[in-house]
Amino acid sequence: MALTLMEGNEAIAWGALKAGCRFFAGYPITPATTVYNAMLQRLPPAGGICLQGEDEIASIGFCLGASMAGHKAMTATSGPGISLYSEQISFAVGSEIPIVIVDVQRLGPSTGSATRGADGDIQFLQWGSSGGLPVIVLAPVDVRDCIVLTMQAFNLAERFRCPVFMAANKEIAMTRETLDLEALDLPAVETRSMADPDAPFAPFAASPHAPVPAFLPIGGKRLVRQTSSTHGPDGYITTAPELIAANQDRLMRKILSAADAFTFYDCEEAPGARTLVISYGVTARAVSDAIARLAAGGNPASLLILKTLWPVPEALLRAKAAAYERIVVIEMNMGQYVREIQRILAPRDIVFYGQMNGELIRPEKVQEVIAHG
Amino acid sequence: MDSLLNRERPPVFCPGCAHERVVAALDQTLQRLALSGDRVVIVSDIGCSGLFDTFFNTHAFHGLHGRALTYATGLKLARPELQVIVTMGDGGLGIGGAHVLSTCRRNIDLTLLVLNNFNYGMTGGQCSSTTPPEARVGSGFLNRLEKPIDICQVAGSAGAAHLTRISTYDDGLIDRMMDAIQFKGFALMDIWGVCPGRYARGNKLSPASIETELAQRPPVDHFQRQNTRAEYGAHYRDEAARLEPAAGPLRVEPRHKPPTEARCEVILLGRAGQRIVTAGELLCLAGATAGLHATQKNDYPITVLRGHSVSEIVLAREAIGFTGIDRPRAVIALAAEGVARRRRMLAALPADALVLRARGVALPETAATVVDIDFKTNRVKAPDWALATLGVLARRGEVISADMLRSALALRFKGRVLEAALAVLEKAVD
Repeated sequence: MALTLMEGNEAIAWGALKAGCRFFAGYPITPATTVYNAMLQRLPPAGGICLQGEDEIASIGFCLGASMAGHKAMTATSGPGISLYSEQISFAVGSEIPIVIVDVQRLGPSTGSATRGADGDIQFLQWGSSGGLPVIVLAPVDVRDCIVLTMQAFNLAERFRCPVFMAANKEIAMTRETLDLEALDLPAVETRSMADPDAPFAPFAASPHAPVPAFLPIGGKRLVRQTSSTHGPDGYITTAPELIAANQDRLMRKILSAADAFTFYDCEEAPGARTLVISYGVTARAVSDAIARLAAGGNPASLLILKTLWPVPEALLRAKAAAYERIVVIEMNMGQYVREIQRILAPRDIVFYGQMNGELIRPEKVQEVIAHG
Repeated sequence: MDSLLNRERPPVFCPGCAHERVVAALDQTLQRLALSGDRVVIVSDIGCSGLFDTFFNTHAFHGLHGRALTYATGLKLARPELQVIVTMGDGGLGIGGAHVLSTCRRNIDLTLLVLNNFNYGMTGGQCSSTTPPEARVGSGFLNRLEKPIDICQVAGSAGAAHLTRISTYDDGLIDRMMDAIQFKGFALMDIWGVCPGRYARGNKLSPASIETELAQRPPVDHFQRQNTRAEYGAHYRDEAARLEPAAGPLRVEPRHKPPTEARCEVILLGRAGQRIVTAGELLCLAGATAGLHATQKNDYPITVLRGHSVSEIVLAREAIGFTGIDRPRAVIALAAEGVARRRRMLAALPADALVLRARGVALPETAATVVDIDFKTNRVKAPDWALATLGVLARRGEVISADMLRSALALRFKGRVLEAALAVLEKAVD
């Protein structure tokens, strides 16, 4: 076993390259800058492109252009930048442009604290775009996840032609950690489904069986249209209510109906446990330690670590929660994801602990919450 | 070459709109350049100029207001062989100002056609970044308060080499458009025209008055001499071709036996400039040389050369969960700034903890063993204190061994830097 010491941001870059990322653009922002540094070091010598935009809006705009030219593209930022991305995110959602967006979360609101962690963007990532359509958000727990889930993020972006977020956190992204790269079980690399360039082409044509339109790049011999306007299958503006409704429905369905296939999670079920603790991201590590200590003291509890946060894995949550008397949710914010869990498990009471003070939630605190609520 | 106009989607502009003439001129230009539709992408902005992509049988990309140049840049770098033409109004110019300036600075091979009609036609004729203060527009008195920009002057100052300020009604429009598209670099055309639906209703503007006004504008030809240089994409590819491929991640094979199999937590408390983070990394690498898992969590302010620097390291045989420090086995205290961040933790240290302290750093009352390190006698400089203290830790067989530390240094440094680092290990005295 050989060990590699890597911070989460380097691991995200590494995962991106393994997934076939050819284009990166970003604007420097702590704590996401080292993703950009790693991509700048690795992409240009390998024939790829890494750019520093004049701002976040430009950076993601470059990526959307490159993605429509057929490249796998990624950008990385933090809270202030993800706010500026918002309009471009809506574009990528509505116009089906594959892109991986890394949000290395830092303590907010606003510019907040550049070098303090939080998971304060969890609802924003889903709802911070106009139109209210579903997106995919993955949350890494450690450096291993930073590689594997980034690869999954690319695969999902390609498979569904949509933005996929990595909801990282300063406390994972800028923390170094050892891992055995050779022991990783890496997913197979997927690429977007291509249309036949010799057949007539409508850029947004789909069917009930294939709800994701086949892709052709801008710049190929077959003409391709991309538009942020409300469009029909041909990529021209439409005002026909039935076409518009069908498209909105398809954009929702193509992600939600497939959600079970990409519900990533870890579950450690303890025999005899009456409590299930649900957590995600860096906080799950403290919860895992706390549960080990409780088990050593004869108080078993089970742990569900969610790695796909959006779409909310409703079936998984219902199935796992059914066997437990108590459900405890712990997250590094003032109570964001717990709302989804309350919604799905209603009318059950959910014990919640959240913290947003720039510090990690400690295992002792988690033990206390599990023991006493 | 045939016309690239989309016969199924003729222009839908107001009667008399200048934009329609530009559509016709662009079609003529593309024909004269013998460009087929698959070699061209029209990237259109928002507003009336945002309709351009629909009138042509070319590749098309229509996006958000002011951001057209950002997509165009991504497209051009991904597909350098494409002819990328951007259409934007004076509205897009204002809202996307940062992108216009940056595109000028980059000199990327795009052609930007600014359809300048001095107002926001689509939303009610409000003032834009080019509206004259004396104009009557849909923004009440607000345009009287702002000075309009001359985009060619601005773009030239920002580094654009190929600038054209021209009337929609100029007989030379097609020739000048051909020049702009053929230019290998960023070319901007400021094309003045009449907006009959909005602007011309409250203001006297005609082809003749545009010509008179244009004649009074300062020339911009000198920017070509001043700003002609390598095209961004070609330059990028040249520079990238000279780069060495990046090394793969470092893999550390276990080769040593650690002094202890127990989980060890170490905290370094210092200040900026003491290479605290590098020392923490070395500890992790040292652990890896004994097959130990390691985590390193750092805490420092955004200031680079001032303020605290704290690094928390965990070494353990088993996988590591929580990355914070509960009960450090060793504390390395090198500066008051770092100590101040962990005062409470220091006060609660158990008796079997070891504190290695730079002589003179004040600590709270503690039950732990405190060992003073004298850096002055052997003239260890402040940037080497952390490394020297790792030497003391290893010599005492605490947490890591001397072999582990030497191997870590050899992984991290090469040549003279490695020799210098190894020499530092011998210098610290406790």
